Amino acid sequence: MNAHVNPPAAPPNAPVVALRNVHKSFGSLKVLDGVSFSVGRGEVTVLIGRSGSGKSTALRCIDRFETIDGGEIEVCGRRVDDAGLDVRALRQDVGIVFQSYNLFPHLTIEENITLAPHAVKKVPKAEARALAAKVLAQVGLEEKLHAYPEQLSGGQQQRAAIARSLAMQPKVMLFDEVTSALDPELTGEVLKVIEALAADGMTMVLVTHEMSFARGIADQVVFMHKGKVHEAGPAGILSSPSTPELAQFVGTGF
Amino acid sequence: MGLVLDFSVVLDRWQALLDGATLTLQLAIIAVVCGATIGVFGAIGRRGGNVLVERLCGAYVEAIRNTPLLVQIFLVYFGLSSLGLQFSAFTVAAVALTINVGAYTTEIMRAGFDSIHKGQIEAAEGLGLSKAQIYWHVIIWPGIERVYPALTSQFVLLMLASSVTSQISAEELTAVANYIQSETYRSFETYIVVALIYVALSFIMRFGFWLLGLALFPRRRRLGTPL
Repeated sequence: MNAHVNPPAAPPNAPVVALRNVHKSFGSLKVLDGVSFSVGRGEVTVLIGRSGSGKSTALRCIDRFETIDGGEIEVCGRRVDDAGLDVRALRQDVGIVFQSYNLFPHLTIEENITLAPHAVKKVPKAEARALAAKVLAQVGLEEKLHAYPEQLSGGQQQRAAIARSLAMQPKVMLFDEVTSALDPELTGEVLKVIEALAADGMTMVLVTHEMSFARGIADQVVFMHKGKVHEAGPAGILSSPSTPELAQFVGTGF
Repeated sequence: MGLVLDFSVVLDRWQALLDGATLTLQLAIIAVVCGATIGVFGAIGRRGGNVLVERLCGAYVEAIRNTPLLVQIFLVYFGLSSLGLQFSAFTVAAVALTINVGAYTTEIMRAGFDSIHKGQIEAAEGLGLSKAQIYWHVIIWPGIERVYPALTSQFVLLMLASSVTSQISAEELTAVANYIQSETYRSFETYIVVALIYVALSFIMRFGFWLLGLALFPRRRRLGTPL
């Protein structure tokens, strides 16, 4: 697949996600220092880098969990940096999955999944339940419909969280270190679900520390270093990095 | 000097005691329902982000928590009558108890709402839920579940504290007791009986809240684990 390396202008077929020269500081700490990358329809972009390199912040900016100080972000045709943005409309197009799952502990898995389609999109209850069964089957948890989150393993909870996002039928999915809290075995089952989504053509942006997974799934790898896109390109750059920083990062694991 | 207890003249007046106990329970239920409603909005107000509302809710809570209930009751009683408003002692008692328990409930609920992890709210935001929907589905119910034992204690305490409203002649259980002991001169016996009735009322309330908890928190009912 074709990879975009910091395109300065919009490519011919408009990207689903585009960051252009994005700047962001927390107080005096500059977290994003002119970050640009874009993600085409059906593409998988993997953000990698050391802790504190700005990759999670970049991801959160896409869904307006952080506001930016400069530059532009466009997601599904919406200007995310626009102060008048309809944030709730943006979030219906963008699904996000977090490291800590964040399932609602007082609701069953089915209720977790039907909540947003019913409350936000006004999908009738019966239809929402059918949708819940469908997305749960997609992540291999159809038998957990009536379980509560605490009755599930970490990997199952994360898969349920992915299903909950899928039920909103997003145009792009964001994954923020979704396997960092899991042991290797549970990590594998979650990654398999994400791979299946990628094979189905879901547009995705992932922040991950799983290098072999990144190598296998990425259409584009974005290596962030000190708030900048230090190196970007197809998954091949992980095997033959052209900057010493990426070489060292890949060499040491993180 | 032997202690001779004679309960018969007190127990003869069981109808009056029952009426008093009923009124006490009515006062408690009205104050709990209204106070819990105030508590939810008060807690949202104290967390809400609007500085003026935050300060107003904070001032309300501090004003109530730092004054005696009896003085609050007199303030409502004489405050309303000085405005030329005539209400029954029962109404005044219900209003005063509501204002009182509303403040304590505000603080307890705030603790419950504050205990909801930021990640829960982000997940709900990420799904496109509105602020009101997030409060209702993600903050209020699990928040209340977390502090439900504290709320139950506060509400039982309120029922016991309602005895103070006998001072403005609300015809609740303690007022009835005062009247019976002055009529029978069996003061000790009267208050022993009344104390036992309060114990019974406390158990009834705790049982009621236990049943309500089963209805409100299905996860807890099924799994039995704390949230």
